[in-house]
Amino acid sequence: MQLFLPIADIPVNVFLILAMGAAVGFVSGMFGIGGGFLMTPLLIFVGISPAVAVASVSSHIAASSMSGAISYWRRRSIDPALALVLLTGGSIGTALGVATFTWLRSLGQLDLLIALSYVILLTSVGGLMFWEGLRAMLRANSGNPVPMRRSGSHGWIHGLPLKMRFKRSKIYLSVIPVVAIGLLIGFLGAVMGIGGGFILVPLMIYVLRVPTSTVIGTSMVLTLVTMLFATMLHAVTNHLVDAVLALILMVGGVTGAQFGARAGQKIRGEHLRLLLGLLVLAVGVRFAFELGIKPVELFTVRETGGAT
Amino acid sequence: MRMRATAIAALALAAALTALPARAEKLIVSVSNHRVTVTPNYSGEELVLFGSVEKDANTPPGRTYDLVVTVAGPRADMVTRRKERKFGIWINTDSRQFLQVPAYLAIFSNRPIDAIASPEVQRRQQLGINNVVLTQRVGTDYADVVPNDPFRSAFVRLRSQHGLYRESSSAVTFLTPTLFRTGIPLPAEVPIGTYNVDIKLFADGQLVTRTETAFEIVKVGFEQFVATSARQNGFAYGLATIAMALMTGWMASIVFRRD
Repeated sequence: MQLFLPIADIPVNVFLILAMGAAVGFVSGMFGIGGGFLMTPLLIFVGISPAVAVASVSSHIAASSMSGAISYWRRRSIDPALALVLLTGGSIGTALGVATFTWLRSLGQLDLLIALSYVILLTSVGGLMFWEGLRAMLRANSGNPVPMRRSGSHGWIHGLPLKMRFKRSKIYLSVIPVVAIGLLIGFLGAVMGIGGGFILVPLMIYVLRVPTSTVIGTSMVLTLVTMLFATMLHAVTNHLVDAVLALILMVGGVTGAQFGARAGQKIRGEHLRLLLGLLVLAVGVRFAFELGIKPVELFTVRETGGAT
Repeated sequence: MRMRATAIAALALAAALTALPARAEKLIVSVSNHRVTVTPNYSGEELVLFGSVEKDANTPPGRTYDLVVTVAGPRADMVTRRKERKFGIWINTDSRQFLQVPAYLAIFSNRPIDAIASPEVQRRQQLGINNVVLTQRVGTDYADVVPNDPFRSAFVRLRSQHGLYRESSSAVTFLTPTLFRTGIPLPAEVPIGTYNVDIKLFADGQLVTRTETAFEIVKVGFEQFVATSARQNGFAYGLATIAMALMTGWMASIVFRRD
């Protein structure tokens, strides 16, 4: 069934988009991530312009993190104080991200920025995750698993001023790194069309030492709010949010996520990390490959307005 | 029904034209539809333009005619960018701005334009894509450039790939020596707006007469409503999208609740 997307301005097959949403939803449910880093590239590959893809995916991620955040809230595994501090940085980061997005779009370098940030971020994070997963798996196989969290070892991060007590997470921490992480995730989210869960969760675990009981729920709150904010800013400044596209993605995504979550429970943790690392790495390499080879068409045409 | 409406329109046009002072030839044309509505499942359409050459006493006998039809869509500013290899990756470097160029351009004739008129006449009458003025910003100046300019030819090629620019030297068919028709294909991604159709009649390499008509392409339905509100009411549109995301997420958490 063909449907004309009003903002993306191209006709698409509804079932293709729905299936893509479900597939990404499955993966995101399995790994407990938003899946934006898969959704945005997939949309670009089917012919939707990177700018529209980034802007529309933010509302799709907002929907999936909304359902996630609700269920974590019911289980009381969200730290409201920590979420609030993260959000201070997150909102500023998102605003900066959308401003950068608008500026680069006018220069004609937006697609390059999106591709480059995917290459750098995904290959490095994916490589690290893959390596971690591989090591953990080898250790598990040799029979001496190493605990994930080395409690008690305080790095320089914990020596920073402006300390604050986060009750539900049971941590006592400076707000500076928390705001900085929020800022980074907000910025990347707005520019790349990703929720940033796959970077945020490791950062919170390894850098902030947030206990695993509250880490995913709290990161989902940050993702939810920054993505809502990004949707709003993209809608107001660039008019690039395709609500029809977003709705199809949301419906596919939230359904797929349920099945993914069930499948994820059957797989061992280190296997999951290995698989996720591999997936992230593959997307990064795909973008790197695209930048390196000579494009079939060197020219592009874009309407800059003034239509009469 | 449509045929009859067109016939009436043609008659009305003929009546109006006969009131004008006598010229050697007159062109009477009509398009099959003056208002094309693009619905969500629109996947392209073809309009038909037909007309006839009316002769009078002043017409030299035995004249054969050539016809060039130029359909120009709404005008817009466009930018064409070129990628170049820098630091091992392909990035946009050079760009050229095209000012108020037609978003859709189709040129149809009954035989190759080179056979219809001399290069001088082609240039003056803007016959063919190579002769239509596509204004570019060149430094501080505004001008069209030679047809084989890399940016101009890339622009035309890319528009042609989407079916938005086209040229055909066999699209106009003469059903009788004076009665002609041509199809105007409109692709799925046709821009909305007013389309001007310029019909020029040639005999012996010279312009004999010309006439103009127009049609309009409008988008209707939900999609158009979404597109318009996104552009004109960004804030409300953003709020609606946010509400939709929150609702979908909330619904999913209820439908799939497991605890």
